[in-house]
Amino acid sequence: MSETADSTTSGSMTGPRSPGPRRMSWAWVGVLPFFIFVMAFLLLPSAAIFVGSFQNPQGQFTLDNLAGLLRPNIRRAYALSIQISAATALGGGLFGFLLAYAVTIGGLPRPVRSTLITFSGVASNFAGVPLAFAFISTLGRTGFITAVFRTLFNQNIYDMGFNLYSFLGLSLTYMYFQFPLMVLIMTPSLDGLKREWREASENLGATSLQYWRHIALPILLPSLLGTMILLFGNAFGAYATAFALTGGLLNLVTIVIGAQMRGDVLHDPNLGYALALGMVMIMAVSIAGYTWLQRQTERWLR
Amino acid sequence: MKRFAIWSWLWFALGALYFLLPLYGTLDFSLRMQRGTLSLLAYQKALADPQFIRSFTFSVQMAVLTIIVGLLLIVPTAYWVHLRLPELRPVVEFLTLLPFVIPAIVLVFGLIRTYGRPVTILSVTIMPPLTNTTLGANSLLIAGYVVLSMPYLYRAVDNGLRAMDVRTLTEAAQSLGAGWPTIVARVIFPNLRAALLSGALLTFAIVVGELTIANFLARPAFAPYLALLSNSRAYEPAALSIVSFALTWAAMGIIDLLTRGAPGVLGGAGH
Repeated sequence: MSETADSTTSGSMTGPRSPGPRRMSWAWVGVLPFFIFVMAFLLLPSAAIFVGSFQNPQGQFTLDNLAGLLRPNIRRAYALSIQISAATALGGGLFGFLLAYAVTIGGLPRPVRSTLITFSGVASNFAGVPLAFAFISTLGRTGFITAVFRTLFNQNIYDMGFNLYSFLGLSLTYMYFQFPLMVLIMTPSLDGLKREWREASENLGATSLQYWRHIALPILLPSLLGTMILLFGNAFGAYATAFALTGGLLNLVTIVIGAQMRGDVLHDPNLGYALALGMVMIMAVSIAGYTWLQRQTERWLR
Repeated sequence: MKRFAIWSWLWFALGALYFLLPLYGTLDFSLRMQRGTLSLLAYQKALADPQFIRSFTFSVQMAVLTIIVGLLLIVPTAYWVHLRLPELRPVVEFLTLLPFVIPAIVLVFGLIRTYGRPVTILSVTIMPPLTNTTLGANSLLIAGYVVLSMPYLYRAVDNGLRAMDVRTLTEAAQSLGAGWPTIVARVIFPNLRAALLSGALLTFAIVVGELTIANFLARPAFAPYLALLSNSRAYEPAALSIVSFALTWAAMGIIDLLTRGAPGVLGGAGH
């Protein structure tokens, strides 16, 4: 695929060991290990899932697995995954944006900003079992905030309808890695808003609201939306945190795929492949959306 | 500006609370193993458990191997693409971003389907099922981890390469008579040190806490052990959560120090 690869690079770069001009370049050999690895451990397994979702257990072609995605319990799993991902993307996105705003334009001192960025780096990578456990110790039945509510207000939040092992509880837990990711991505974007734009609009008599409505927001919008889509994908693909927190109580798509793989329920790996395929398609659409929107922003924020 | 700052402080305070309360809850819980007094008993018990030591050592070994394989794979590729094959850059970039599209649970599903049976070409078996042997399963685990960390590692290395003038440095070294090993070892590598180290630390943080792939390949790693432990124990998992948080914190703190002012390489994985 890259035999002519060298033609655009300068001739002097071909090195001392290759005298004279050549038509055939061996430069592509240098990236061969990478392509072999990606082929073997990323593309081939993905292709296996793709093929598997069009096969029955005997290996014959079928569309039954895709039709199986329309079963009520599977549809509910997709709906729940999409709801949780959308809710935490929106919530985490808004909160993360406000935080990023606070440390960039909001006028907080520099050390606060670097603290927040470091915090965000840690929190966006803190997931899975430890995160689930942190929330159980905080909002679980014997958790510390639950206890505070009991002693201070004489209220049991579990009697009031709260449950950590529910939609709300899982969303609160996901938020822990969602909003920091938003902070990490939005801070540079907000830095890119030029002071001159604000000054120019103020000189022309614009109010703060008008500045945001007509200048800052339109510039930031693609980045805002794009990052929220990224957060959506981030939550959609999450398995470890949900598994550790609810132990498979909430039927998210990832949890259902896991159950199919382990053979807990009606072992049907081919339906599992179709589930995974549907998941990859939703992820692909969201990541493509993110990339496209991010590119729209880059024209302005450089 | 004053009114602004009040709101800003409010958001920041809320963020700090969200961040710290669960940590405080876990820390508090982990210290209460002995009734009526705060103690480090849970930590002593958790850290002394031979199964913890075994699983944690295993995860650290896997992390180190992942870092080595990942760096050997990514650094030469990124360097070569910068230097000689710039038109391949979009392809390589796309491939390194693919793991974002393919969640860990889907990846491990695909790996098991592909390598959980004999690999055959034209009905000739060239490889027995990898999942049947310890060595095979561990290799598969490392391969999966390399895939998971690829987006971060590639981005870190790519940022590092962008920040220096690869071409001029390489030409200068060549005109001084340096061969490729010398160029890579004594010119490129030292300039990439910060980028490589931060990529490696991020990989370490991801791998040591990773549950999904290790779980389905049935490897005795730290996260599956922690998940299992939390079914039967209360205080020890809290202590280990704090330990694992401290590790993540240490890794991120060092990355932060290394990459001050450079575009960030941080970002979530392994949820």
